Amino acid sequence: MPLNRDFIGRTYEGESTYEIGRDHIRRFADAIGDPSPVYRDPEAAKAAGHPDVIAPPTFLTTMGFSVGGRGPIGDGDLGLDYGRVVHGEQRFVHHRPVRAGDVLKAKTVIDDIRDAGANELMTMRMEISTTDGELVCEAVNVVVSRGTAAGQ
Amino acid sequence: MGASVNYDDVEVGTELPAQSFQITRAKLVMYAGASGDFNPIHWNERTAKAVGLPNVIAHGMCTMAHAGRVVTDWAGDPGAVVEYGVRFSAPVPVADDDTGTTLTVSGRVEEKLDNRQVAVVLEAKALDATVLSKARAVVQLA
Repeated sequence: MPLNRDFIGRTYEGESTYEIGRDHIRRFADAIGDPSPVYRDPEAAKAAGHPDVIAPPTFLTTMGFSVGGRGPIGDGDLGLDYGRVVHGEQRFVHHRPVRAGDVLKAKTVIDDIRDAGANELMTMRMEISTTDGELVCEAVNVVVSRGTAAGQ
Repeated sequence: MGASVNYDDVEVGTELPAQSFQITRAKLVMYAGASGDFNPIHWNERTAKAVGLPNVIAHGMCTMAHAGRVVTDWAGDPGAVVEYGVRFSAPVPVADDDTGTTLTVSGRVEEKLDNRQVAVVLEAKALDATVLSKARAVVQLA
């Protein structure tokens, strides 16, 4: 079953906020084997010019699995079968580094859905801001829905 | 403050120090916990094979995060990475042994941009396959 193209342009406002903690950043850095002190030591981060420890450039991927509310993935009317989904592309544009103490919210827009051979590609764009409205990061995520193009 | 690499010292073609990373099952479990991505294809061989994968595979984002270390280690300050994007071109299977799969990542400066920024392209390989394509970062240099 093809994805519902009426969903192109649809926007999902995250219903909960996401608070960035030092311990979470450290665990993420541990998981990617990165010993950098700016991920662990507030003093080292300050020496590098940051108000607190900062997060690795891909850290905000954690947000996609933690922000409550209805996102495109869980929206039954879109028709996405998560078992057919693989991650196609990912891009982050950072307006400033994410840091411990940030309280963030996300808005997700379905920018595009199109065929690519037997598959469909869905492009989702997340705008991640502080609760004060400062834009911190834009994250673009292309997922591949395998074998769902029309006529398959 | 900021990157330790000076824009004026960098040319198109400047190579970043290449690195190798061992992606083991233990690393995948750590990454699952830290990222919140508990999809069983990243830790359960039975599930992975049932959906046609050769073995448990690394999270694409885990591969992307490791590859990004070539950029952040070179720049000196990870906060200098203003843009980072990849396409996932092949999965990274990880066998159930102590050595796991070797991910080899190299990078070079592709373009000097305005505002003392450079574009870096990365090449990431595992088991002779190119696992990331169009891997590109924009870095704010000193």
